Amino acid sequence: MSAVDTPAAAEPRTRRIIPLLVFALAVALLVATPFLPNYHIRVINGLLIYILLGIGLNIVIGYAGLLDLGFVAFYAVGAYTYALLASPQFDLHLPFLLILLIAAFLGMLTGILLGIPVLKLRGDYLAIVTLGFGEIIRIVMNNVDWLTGGPQGIARLDKASVFGIEFARPVEIYFLLLVIVFTVAVLVWRMERSILGKAWAAIREDQDAARGIGINTTNAKLAAFATSASIGSIAGVIFAASQRFVSPESFTLQESVLIVLMIVVGGIGNILGIVAGATILILLPEVLREFAEWRILFLGLLMIVLIIIRPAGIVPRSFGPDKLIRGLFGK
Amino acid sequence: MLGTIIQQTVNALTIGSIYALIALGYTMVYGVLRMINFAHGEMFMLGAYAAFLALTLVVGDIGAVGAIALTLVFFGAIVAVGFVGVGIERLAYRPLRNSTRLAPMLSSLGVSLSLVTGVQILAGPQPVGFPSFFPTTRFDVFGGTVTLVQIGILIAAFILMFGLYTLVNRSRMGIIVRAVSESRPTAQLLGINVNLAISMVFFSGPLLGAAGGILYASYYGIMSPTMGAVIGLKAFTAAILGGIGSIPGAMLGAYILAFVEVGGTALLPVVSGGVLGTEYRDVLSFAILILVLLIRPAGILGEPVSEESMVYKREF
Repeated sequence: MSAVDTPAAAEPRTRRIIPLLVFALAVALLVATPFLPNYHIRVINGLLIYILLGIGLNIVIGYAGLLDLGFVAFYAVGAYTYALLASPQFDLHLPFLLILLIAAFLGMLTGILLGIPVLKLRGDYLAIVTLGFGEIIRIVMNNVDWLTGGPQGIARLDKASVFGIEFARPVEIYFLLLVIVFTVAVLVWRMERSILGKAWAAIREDQDAARGIGINTTNAKLAAFATSASIGSIAGVIFAASQRFVSPESFTLQESVLIVLMIVVGGIGNILGIVAGATILILLPEVLREFAEWRILFLGLLMIVLIIIRPAGIVPRSFGPDKLIRGLFGK
Repeated sequence: MLGTIIQQTVNALTIGSIYALIALGYTMVYGVLRMINFAHGEMFMLGAYAAFLALTLVVGDIGAVGAIALTLVFFGAIVAVGFVGVGIERLAYRPLRNSTRLAPMLSSLGVSLSLVTGVQILAGPQPVGFPSFFPTTRFDVFGGTVTLVQIGILIAAFILMFGLYTLVNRSRMGIIVRAVSESRPTAQLLGINVNLAISMVFFSGPLLGAAGGILYASYYGIMSPTMGAVIGLKAFTAAILGGIGSIPGAMLGAYILAFVEVGGTALLPVVSGGVLGTEYRDVLSFAILILVLLIRPAGILGEPVSEESMVYKREF
């Protein structure tokens, strides 16, 4: 990429000013959030969870080029891990960080379990099998009453607490989320630029050629599924800890689709794009709340228009975090 | 016992015929555009609403409508939805023809969301009772019950599917559609009007889907703006199971799925000793789908999608 970049000085001034403005706005929002009413903080927390989910799913879709429509299954795995290990359901009350680790591991395991049988499938067939997998997980959770409480779900989950500090109020959850989202985003961004990330890119562009130059496509794909699934699972733990209630209703196919849309509308394969996409698809309906159903209609039409006029997303792949950093600090 | 078997078979055939009508739309669109049309379930919903609108606004009193008027309403509604389908393709999918493979699929998600919400705004979000298009006569066959509605659905579905079969296999238009579905670049090089073929597919698919919607609504006596989502997913599963892109495959897949569902509902609790309730019939359907795809990725009757037809377009 960097070989074909034009020097920053040669770009028109507006090219640097717009990202700068958007970035300043984002920082201002993040700083202002703790002072907002609880309801608003909850909305921002929801947004951060979706950004986390988007970053996770983007590894499979945006980096490795595999369409996964059952991502919500991993989200559910994480949420139910927390619900079962930190609630009166089985009277287990493990510490939050331990559950986070267990959930990340379980998510990874589920990701690999789903990954192994579908490795040979491509494109649409992969999308459909993952979709079926997600639905199966949801239906099972809805019906294994002795384990998951069925449609009623599991309530009265423990408050999250890390080293004796409790995270229960929306503000507290907000700070917890901020740390986790930022850490995951940086890790995933570094991963994209590592040798594994380049293997993913090669698979995305041409799987046969990737195999031809000696990339172990099986391992690289499994790594993508595993990483993505464990991030989804982590998001599920935080979701469960912030709601302190889980039920199968939160893990429908529509959620998976929403996350895919966030990625594509925002900018596929680009973490900055996911932030933009999530902001539009999650915050816009909240901002337009008074327009009731009209806002959903507007959202649907906006989606079509955006995909037609900006097929690469609002923030295209070429404008990654590195460009932003360079734009902000001159070089 | 015999009566129960006959009754369950007719139930499965009825619901299978409705799935088949919708699955055909998924499979034909996939055939020509290699695109999953997520808005297709909404054509099913629109069909029911269009027929209801025609009955209440145009015909007026629902109770006193004769068979001829009902048939006219039925065909008027499905043709109208066919034109809606053509319009949607023109506005939301054609601009993306040369984009990535994912783009039109996501655009169809936007279309689906817009249509559901649009109908919710216009007609209200709550389910509405739907008048039956057939007399509610019941027959007793060896102790099992078969209704005239079911027989009517079977006949209507059969006529429509036979019509489509004839259109695709015996008409000039069918040759054009099949050529485009075989290889779009080649068809274009041979001077075939590709846009016409695609419009044709986007006319007949929604038309059949809308017919499915009307039959479904008069079978269960109810319609709602979100009715397309679940049935759409089922019909889509059926299309994949039979082999997406294959017209006989879509019909076969639909009937297999219907028999698995009806059989699963009846047999799952018995076979598993009460551990797995009837709720697991959808798990059974998806499990069968996944198994079939793992053994035969192209579905039961589908031809493996050739690399050549995939290569000319990037996935993302």
